[in-house]
Amino acid sequence: MSELWRPAAEWELQTMVSKLAREKRGIEIVGHGALRNTGRVAKSDVVLTTAGLKGVTLYEPTELVMSARAGTPLYEIEAVLAARGQMLAFEPVDLGPATGAPGGALSIGGVFATNFSGSRRILAGSARDNLLGVRAVNGRGELFKSGGRVMKNVTGIDLARGLTGSWGTLAIMTEVTFKVTPLPQTMQTLAFVGLPDDLAIEAMNVALATPLEISGAVHLPRNCAARIRTPKIKGLDKPLTLLRLETFAAAIDERREKLKGALKVYGAPIELDSEETFSLWSEFRALSIMPFSAETSLWRISSLPTKAAEIVFAIQKFMDAVAFYDWAGGLIWLEVPAAADAGAADVRRAVAVRGGHATLIRAEPQVRSSVDVFEPLKPEIERLTRGIKSAFDPSGLLNRGRMYANF
Amino acid sequence: MPHIELPEPDAGVIRRLPILIEGLKSRVGPDLMILDEDGRRAYETDAFTAYRRIPMLVVLPRTTDEVSKILKFAHENDIKVVPRGAGTSLCGGSLPTEDAIVLCLSKMNRVIEVDYTNRIARVEAGITNLQITAEVAKNGFFYAPDPSSQLACSLGGNIAMNSGGAHCLKYGVTTHNVLGVKMVLIDGTIVEIGGPTLERNGYDLLSLVIGSEGQLGVVTEATVKLVPSPEAARPMMIGFRSPEAAGSCVAAIIAAGIIPVAIEYMDHAAIEVCEAFAGAGYPLDVEALLIVEVEGSEGEIGILLGRIAEIAARFDPKTVKISSDADQSARIWAGRKAAFGAIGRISDYLCMDGTIPLAQLPHALTRISQICAEHDLKVANIFHAGDGNLHPLVLYDANSPGEADRAEAAGEAILRLCVELGGCLTGEHGVGIEKRELMTTQFSPTDLIVQMRVKTVFDPTWRLNPAKVFPLEATGVMRAGNAASTSEAA
Ligand SMILES: Cc1cc2nc3c(=O)[nH]c(=O)nc-3n(C[C@H](O)[C@H](O)[C@H](O)COP(=O)(O)OP(=O)(O)OC[C@H]3O[C@@H](n4cnc5c(N)ncnc54)[C@H](O)[C@@H]3O)c2cc1C
Repeated sequence: MSELWRPAAEWELQTMVSKLAREKRGIEIVGHGALRNTGRVAKSDVVLTTAGLKGVTLYEPTELVMSARAGTPLYEIEAVLAARGQMLAFEPVDLGPATGAPGGALSIGGVFATNFSGSRRILAGSARDNLLGVRAVNGRGELFKSGGRVMKNVTGIDLARGLTGSWGTLAIMTEVTFKVTPLPQTMQTLAFVGLPDDLAIEAMNVALATPLEISGAVHLPRNCAARIRTPKIKGLDKPLTLLRLETFAAAIDERREKLKGALKVYGAPIELDSEETFSLWSEFRALSIMPFSAETSLWRISSLPTKAAEIVFAIQKFMDAVAFYDWAGGLIWLEVPAAADAGAADVRRAVAVRGGHATLIRAEPQVRSSVDVFEPLKPEIERLTRGIKSAFDPSGLLNRGRMYANF
Repeated sequence: MPHIELPEPDAGVIRRLPILIEGLKSRVGPDLMILDEDGRRAYETDAFTAYRRIPMLVVLPRTTDEVSKILKFAHENDIKVVPRGAGTSLCGGSLPTEDAIVLCLSKMNRVIEVDYTNRIARVEAGITNLQITAEVAKNGFFYAPDPSSQLACSLGGNIAMNSGGAHCLKYGVTTHNVLGVKMVLIDGTIVEIGGPTLERNGYDLLSLVIGSEGQLGVVTEATVKLVPSPEAARPMMIGFRSPEAAGSCVAAIIAAGIIPVAIEYMDHAAIEVCEAFAGAGYPLDVEALLIVEVEGSEGEIGILLGRIAEIAARFDPKTVKISSDADQSARIWAGRKAAFGAIGRISDYLCMDGTIPLAQLPHALTRISQICAEHDLKVANIFHAGDGNLHPLVLYDANSPGEADRAEAAGEAILRLCVELGGCLTGEHGVGIEKRELMTTQFSPTDLIVQMRVKTVFDPTWRLNPAKVFPLEATGVMRAGNAASTSEAA
């Protein structure tokens, strides 16, 4: 077991990293551990947690902006926002429950380091899109900032957004500043019943081509739909295609009727009100609609909507996979039976020929250490990736091996 | 005399010019090259016109392969390259040097593929911003970022500058609307960064490229998002007795949970000039004017504008006027979009681009007036109020000795003020040469070194658009071709 280091302030974190950098000791970075069972296993001498860096440092509701120290738990941030009628625009996913880590423990730094955005991204962009600025310490022990607290800022190279999705392998974020948004006044969901995957994806993309500002487009095949807990649509034993509308109260009925009109050929939907919609979409945030039996593995696949059903179908030829679609087919969550490579060979082949990439989210640690968790990079991109890694962390101390086996 | 320092051209390179021309001819053929001085002079500056340098050579490639050959040639011969789109940069971003090749993408302006189902388009980087929307509008889509220069500026320039526009409050800026690029590195390597899917694989290199001001590579193609056109959109004008009232009104609209597509601000000076130029119907008896636009169905628009009018009423407005028809809406916007041009007809001006936190708006406006008065200059303020991106136009007369210098000094003081108030030097126009030396007011030496190392990864010998963005002194060693210096000592 590695030593646990727990800085209580940014300066202390920087001092610790500088010391570790001088001693060339490897550092695994964790928040509250919500993502520890995701990604490759980092090789390290020391575990450094940001859990001691807590608290909202700036919140201006009328400017739609918030800053928080990296270790602030997501639930705390969402509570502060909700008290002022606001929220995070991108509805971050909580992988804790799906990976056997504590639920609700995600830190805000972890949210941006992984850039795992939820259903609402089709309307409001990703975590990365909503990030405005960071303060961070790189593998040389240097404290730097990028971006700021204003919405528009093109001053210099955009390192803040560049750090998103780098899983702590470039720098340890100490504080993040991001956009927030008003809670919708009202929401409704239309649930279309019984559509096969390809038709469902077609319908969702017809909806997204309208100007009705659809804020969620999810399709659940029968086995996932069976796990829905929201009363009005549970126990139907049929696939469900779910489209969420949100706007101000006086406008929602008109939008719903327009959407129904645009999707007439796909059948008559079940209608869910604001409260039902709220509870339904929080089921997706924790992925509780996936079966997650003991040994299965979980993949997250980024695809073109028009290719998504084909990708899933191609994988299902080889294994008994369960999949559901978010972002109108732009994202596939895929659960596969236990296998030495978590199905990587077949999954990657199915994705490669159709465009997109796959990330292994959940698997036994030895599987996550032996197969590529992130989609392998093309040689010229790998060259740039290694260059960026060594610019930030020349000795390869931060989360070594967390994303790629050899750096 | 303007005082931004430009590095001395490399006499050795210029001496080799005849050989270089022959060499490049044999790679790409003579018809892509502009050699005569009059032809090259057309590329001597951008929209930051106080600075001019005639480049030694201009090349107009038609394909990514040609771009790759040109860069490889430049790399092998150790020549600087300045990428260029339409040359509308307001900060000297595409200003050449006498020892550089200008690589202009204007011939690469095709739409390669439109995929309406997945709502994306792949286009060449030299295409103009507006041309993308023109291509897809018939099917009910548009490309969202709308810089006022959209008729002329290229997508490649937009990507390099991370350009924004009036409607970015709702739709975001370039970095939110581009999914992937094809880019050529200085050694000629062609890379695909990002792609057609929403999510990217591995490090977010695209975020580093967008807004990097042509310093990391030459973008030749891009995949952009297409957004469904709104059913309708309508602006309203609200005139106030004071800038404070206008500022408070903006905050109150957002606090009420309404996010309009655009909130534009003009002060009295700007209103007068724009009205005289465009006949937009702006009220002339107000100190500050907000143009607020909302989108949706006719019913939704009516409700939203009604609510905004109610909010505005709390701030004692002098005029509240909702556009009555499409023609009036077009005129309201034409006045705003022509603002720079209109002011340019009556005076020389420097356009500042700092951003401030909204709450600082009244204070910032007071200080800007003071700063300009101290420098004995007039100012007109136009800006994107919803996001705090200010465009004070510092007016001066280039023919009056010393005024240009005073204007630069006033501009600098304004930008320092923006940083002091918690904002930044540039919200959308970029750093270029204009704000290069001011970077140290916003960033620590370490902040800058960390950024410079990224440039070194992509362009180890600093031959792409060098001497921009970072303080000149800080980059001297790298520009001298000492590749190792940012990665280690720096
Ligand atoms: C009247 C007027 C109004 C304007 N309004 C706005 C506005 O509302 N919002 C806004 O954001 N900007 C505005 N601008 C600024 C300018 O139009 C933008 O910065 C624009 O994106 C520049 O595009 P361009 O094609 O003209 O680029 P250029 O001026 O040719 O180049 C700009 C930069 O991009 C680099 N570059 C160009 N093409 C490429 C490429 N293919 N690959 C790599 N690097 C490249 C150049 O090296 C340079 O650094 C305005 C300018 C004017 C003159």
